[in-house]
Amino acid sequence: MVVDSEVVLDVEAFRAEFPALRQQVRGFPLAYLDNAATTQKPRRVLEAISRFYERDNANVHRGVHELSVRATKLYHEARATVASFLGAERPEEIVFLRGCTEAINLLAHSLGSRLRPGDEIVLSELEHHSNIVPWQMACERTGAKIRVAPIHDDGTLDLEAYRGLLSERTKIVSILHVSNALGTINPIREIAEAAHAAGATVIVDGAQAAPHLPIGVRALGADFYAFSGHKVYGPTGIGALYGRYELLEELPPFLGGGDMIARVTFEGTTYAKPPARFEAGTPNISGAVGLAEAIRFVQEIGLERIGRWEETLTKLAHEALGDIPGLTIHGPKDRKAGVVSFSLRGAHPHDIGTILDTQGVAIRAGHHCAQPLMARLGVPATARASFGLYNTPEEVQALARGLEEVRRVLGL
Amino acid sequence: MSDLRELYQEVILDHNHRPRNQGELPDANAVAEGHNPLCGDQLTLYLKVEDGKIADIRFQGCGCAISTASASLMTEAVKGKSVDEVREIFHRFHALVTGEAEGQEFFDEFDSLMALAGVKEFPVRVKCATLAWHTLQQALEGGGVASTE
Ligand SMILES: Cc1ncc(COP(=O)(O)O)c(C=O)c1O
Repeated sequence: MVVDSEVVLDVEAFRAEFPALRQQVRGFPLAYLDNAATTQKPRRVLEAISRFYERDNANVHRGVHELSVRATKLYHEARATVASFLGAERPEEIVFLRGCTEAINLLAHSLGSRLRPGDEIVLSELEHHSNIVPWQMACERTGAKIRVAPIHDDGTLDLEAYRGLLSERTKIVSILHVSNALGTINPIREIAEAAHAAGATVIVDGAQAAPHLPIGVRALGADFYAFSGHKVYGPTGIGALYGRYELLEELPPFLGGGDMIARVTFEGTTYAKPPARFEAGTPNISGAVGLAEAIRFVQEIGLERIGRWEETLTKLAHEALGDIPGLTIHGPKDRKAGVVSFSLRGAHPHDIGTILDTQGVAIRAGHHCAQPLMARLGVPATARASFGLYNTPEEVQALARGLEEVRRVLGL
Repeated sequence: MSDLRELYQEVILDHNHRPRNQGELPDANAVAEGHNPLCGDQLTLYLKVEDGKIADIRFQGCGCAISTASASLMTEAVKGKSVDEVREIFHRFHALVTGEAEGQEFFDEFDSLMALAGVKEFPVRVKCATLAWHTLQQALEGGGVASTE
């Protein structure tokens, strides 16, 4: 396969904006193929954060002074940027949180408080632990039950079986948009339609979708949609939860404290309207500023183009890895998002990871926080290469060469 | 020898491909499970302890080359040893793989365990090399689940 990257995307120009990519690891140029875990940050994001601290730093909502006004304005603007990124109707539908995990915990707590014994929550076999454990905790508190929608052998959701699980008992369907372990893209629109027909609320874990696909929460039919900034070229410790405003308005708070109240007396407290109701305490202001800059960065390039480029890399990887004896790629062959998850007969993923690392190739080896999925696939773990907008065909070749070295070192 | 070749030397690959003392031990009187949450490795260790000595030992489980080879080598090294001796060997082995035993003459009688010395150049893999040993310790202390975390 011949790739003319210029046609799709000027990768070299983008790479130059990522300081962390310009380094040698163990004497080799770094090939960072662990983007599903976290992405590197472009200089403009780092600069936006330091500019905030150097010039505008103050607490938000609390001061009449110039710096506080500026910080508050930047924070509001960041909210608007996230709202437009997700296709929300208004900025007040965006709650800033630590990330996807915190968002799901908020929902499991606040939406979960309405669950009754016999109610059901539908998840899928693809879920990340962060979309399993908070629901198990909610079930322990309320007596509700988890039902699990199965996948086909190719790692795609069994829609038929999923529909079969829905009933009037289904109160919540919480499902990931893109699988971090396999790259599977779930048909959220169909999933949401069926869930709504059953009267359930739809929560989408968008942690892996946000960096790869254009998202329109309205068109998807998501009632709630969560993602983490650090997987979209933004800083760690910041993420967002979208919630349809009518739903956020009915939702009880999660954490209590400053900024989330309308009025406090010792007799009782009136909560603020969303999103403030869900943002107790001083928020991650610099994180929000950095995230907004990261979003502008990907929007300027265009998620369609980013997605197409990653698809090219994924195809190349399937070609380059497909010839390696004993190598199996898990999950769908195509129509997936930037993830190549594989096993090599006779080589444990952990050993693969170590040997690749000695050649500067960074991948993830393990269960990808999806142990139930690993059990379903019948493997203890997989090796996973995951692509970002700055990866190159040469890096895919470095991965393939590295795997030949794995075979040599392990005597396969 | 490069760090990598030293890590994956012949002895390790051999014990990875053909682990010794693998399987269940029907008359075990101590059992423990070990988990390495980092990579999902799991191991069950079966012991027959008689008169304060390890009369027999076997392991079952799946793991990376380092943890499998380490478990296999461990079973060979501790068979017939007293519980106190085992504790001492683990102590020394731990020092070996973490690099704290640099330059010390520790392993005259446990030559084969020296094969894991290469782990010290790969600090993230120390837990793979010690999983079986932590599990052994757990089994000797009354069973249950050991975790490298
Ligand atoms: C699918 C999916 N959901 C949720 C998460 C959790 O994200 P975070 O750790 O940023 O909260 C991840 C991150 O690995 C993920 O891949």
